[in-house]
Amino acid sequence: MWEDIKDWASGFFVTGDPLIYGADVAIVLATVSILFVLTYFKKWGWLWREWITTVDHKKIGIMYIIASLLMLFRGGMDALLMRTQLVMPDMEFLKPEHYNEIFTTHGVIMILFMAMPLMFGLFNIAVPLQIGARDVAFPVLNSLSFWLFFMGAMLFNLSFVIGGSPNAGWLAYPPLSEKMFNPGVGQDFYIWGIQISGIGSLMTGINFVVTILKMRAPGMKLMKMPMFTWSVLASSLTIMLAFPILTVTLALLFIDRFLGAHFFTLDGGGNPMMYINLIWMWGHPEVYIVILPAFGIFSDIVSTFAKKKLFGYKSMVFALMSISIVSFVTWAHHFFTMGSGASVNAFFAVSTMIIAIPTGVKVFNWLFTMYKGRISFKTPMLWTMGFIPCFVVGGLTGVMLSVAPADFQFHNSYFLIAHFHQVLIGGVAFGYFAGLYYWWPKMFGFKLDEKLGKWAFWLWNIGFYVCFMPQYVLGLMGMTRRYSTYGWDTGWFGLNLVSTIGGFIMGAGFLVQVWQILYSIKKMDKDTTGDPWDGRTLEWSIQSPAPMYNFATDPVVKDVDDWWEEKQRIAAGGKPAPKPALAPIHMPKNSAMPIIKSTFWFLAGFGFVFDWMWLALPAMAGVAITMLCYSFRYDTDYYVPVEEIRKTEAAAGRAV
Amino acid sequence: MKLRGWGRLVAAIPLLAIVFLMSGCSTDMGVLDPKGIVADQQFDLIMITIVISIIILVPVLGMAFYFAWKYREANKANVEYKPNWSHSTKIEAWMWGIPILIIVVLGAITVAYSYKLEPSKALAAESEQGVKPITIEVTSLDWKWLFTYPEQGIATVNYVRFPEDVPVEFKLTSDAPMNSFWIPQLGGQIYTMSGMAMELNLMASEIGQYQGRGANFSGEHFGKMEFIAEATSQGDFDKWVSDIKQSSPALTEQGYDELAEPGIVETNDTYSSFPEGLFDRIVSKYGSSHNHSEGSEGETSSEATSSESGADK
Repeated sequence: MWEDIKDWASGFFVTGDPLIYGADVAIVLATVSILFVLTYFKKWGWLWREWITTVDHKKIGIMYIIASLLMLFRGGMDALLMRTQLVMPDMEFLKPEHYNEIFTTHGVIMILFMAMPLMFGLFNIAVPLQIGARDVAFPVLNSLSFWLFFMGAMLFNLSFVIGGSPNAGWLAYPPLSEKMFNPGVGQDFYIWGIQISGIGSLMTGINFVVTILKMRAPGMKLMKMPMFTWSVLASSLTIMLAFPILTVTLALLFIDRFLGAHFFTLDGGGNPMMYINLIWMWGHPEVYIVILPAFGIFSDIVSTFAKKKLFGYKSMVFALMSISIVSFVTWAHHFFTMGSGASVNAFFAVSTMIIAIPTGVKVFNWLFTMYKGRISFKTPMLWTMGFIPCFVVGGLTGVMLSVAPADFQFHNSYFLIAHFHQVLIGGVAFGYFAGLYYWWPKMFGFKLDEKLGKWAFWLWNIGFYVCFMPQYVLGLMGMTRRYSTYGWDTGWFGLNLVSTIGGFIMGAGFLVQVWQILYSIKKMDKDTTGDPWDGRTLEWSIQSPAPMYNFATDPVVKDVDDWWEEKQRIAAGGKPAPKPALAPIHMPKNSAMPIIKSTFWFLAGFGFVFDWMWLALPAMAGVAITMLCYSFRYDTDYYVPVEEIRKTEAAAGRAV
Repeated sequence: MKLRGWGRLVAAIPLLAIVFLMSGCSTDMGVLDPKGIVADQQFDLIMITIVISIIILVPVLGMAFYFAWKYREANKANVEYKPNWSHSTKIEAWMWGIPILIIVVLGAITVAYSYKLEPSKALAAESEQGVKPITIEVTSLDWKWLFTYPEQGIATVNYVRFPEDVPVEFKLTSDAPMNSFWIPQLGGQIYTMSGMAMELNLMASEIGQYQGRGANFSGEHFGKMEFIAEATSQGDFDKWVSDIKQSSPALTEQGYDELAEPGIVETNDTYSSFPEGLFDRIVSKYGSSHNHSEGSEGETSSEATSSESGADK
């Protein structure tokens, strides 16, 4: 009996590597201490009421951001483990099998569980405030999106200690990801982790499209929206069209693995090439989904810190929307080497290059916004200044990759690795960091320490170039991605060593950021104005942190940068725009449905991973029942009384 | 034309930096040190794109740093500040026009080269008259490369040899998860995929040993999927073939099945012969199952494959 249990456990839990045991201990200790603190300080009720069941977009945004920073830590650790393994030839720090798992989880986590939630966090924080709304269009759905993402991410991360991690690369190309070559449960964790969080992403996309189209303050025409809001609209529309492809593709892969179908298998008429096409039909737009909001963030920051109107607003809008459309017809540039023939390759090469046009135009827009401005280099602007050269170089190497006949020499080499890290770190990560610094006072009501922020910025920037510039050369020297070791005879040692040093410098940058946050919490440099950067858009017209109902009275918008124009009018001796009298505010009530339903999804996913139908089927029933029960709930909203609004506004020193 | 010379000069800077970094070591510089007719043209194309990129990069970076410096808040000099200036038709026409123009030029070059360097295009026209191309069949296995020479009747593992200045027609497939066949110094890569025979034409213009790599992740020991491609004189090649014919063992059906088992090989084995039509059988064992409905032949072979995968479970 005891032997049976031991047998089962050694297959069920991941064993055999001291690194894993260390992580196990850390996970158990962290969990126990969190549970202890919550119980000891009697915080369970607070946690439940204020966070877990909340439908407030600002709190959901904060939860997204916290989760994504945790994932950034995990993904970053993966990266440093890989760089350590590659620091010199013939290293035996990681076994090939372990290395394969680490690059797989690094990719999945960084794109789907770090970049996406950080992006959704910023959507949630900023969009309703920028358009003068009280919440998103579907607040409960928003909470459900978050919890589905969270449960998906947890399910995926669970594979680290239970069952084994996926190891077929971040896009899990078949036939390698099929049962025939990959019989373990890791690939099923991959499928279900992404599926569950993917449903959440799709719903967020829909939610923000509706929010932006239907919930804008009176007077805010589409062409008067802040540029970040425009970029969120472009990104969300792309999500709506792209994510269903991902869901279907992974569902087909799961049917192959679970029911023995032959969509992508080698035998039985399956075709792995179909998967590669389908996954990139989602995968390429996905890249633009994450970069477009970064473009929006930079646009808002540049005009704020240059104290100047954004140059070429219409060009910018046109560029954003055209990128989101053209991004759907470029997917085959990820596999020019598949032998599709010269005509197909030429088409996808040119369509890819076309995207470079609106992207290049944006850079000029930012530059001419700075031209004849008055630029102050606070941390958000600093990240923007770091972004421009980095992204231009990354964009140009992207154009080089798009030259199909030359790509035969770049494909799957470190040249490609360097390129996409340059646009994803230099573009997406720098953009979201900039956004995080920019909106931080609005989220929490205090500023982050500028001096530590500058340290973090320089460490990240220098680390980035030290890490990735050598990789371009390594790629041209013939180093292919996903090699777990290389020999002394390759001549790759020096550049790999430099690259690893750069990776650790970026790691130090992350630590400084963590320190910066802790230090700033202690220092508590309160933002009493609500407008610490002399902002231009509506979110800066209210107190920091934003009150639960956002705006005491509905703002009425006249201009593109309405808050800036209002400040100008007052400075010129004009009167502030008259505000209507306070009235009770209609708000959504908290709901426990999202967490319950997402927990059922988690259990169902776990059941399907281990082929435990006794768990999966009841859990799926649980999902259906929660959905049914929720649809009979009528007690969904309430009114905030005028007295409470007055009290909240007075506490922030605002007369109403 | 002035710009071109300038652009070339600027393009040389990163290359000089690379040469500096690498100086002193006789390193295989891969793509940057082409030794074949295809790699030569790809190298040229890469250089063209680098020059174009630098023509864009320098002014953009210059503008970024100049504007940031000149219009900084702390600048006490009397610089212009125009908070409401946000549109100029002239500037916007330029900033759309220049990228469009560059992409038109680059697009035209790309389309032309796409046809010129199509990997399945034979290189007969580029070689000297009367030189007969050599065909080599490549099969990627878990985790090794099998080369079969249908004309010479020999087979090798993780080592491929061919004469210099002779067009080589590689026919490629896979009996394992897909991989990618890449000899950076001779030319770009192509996927090896089961169920289909891909084609890649290369030609070495110099005698030498070239690193070959698997470039598409294919599982646990993917890192061991390196091979050596060696170009020799025709005489050395013929001698090598006849040596193998005399001294090496034959590759039997059973031998192939053992070789195809997942695992790594330490020695670069050679074989004096291989089963007739081995490559075509590897291709068709997966490929034929695509046409279930086309008569009994397809049916039987797909049955054969499914029983095989059954054995895997």
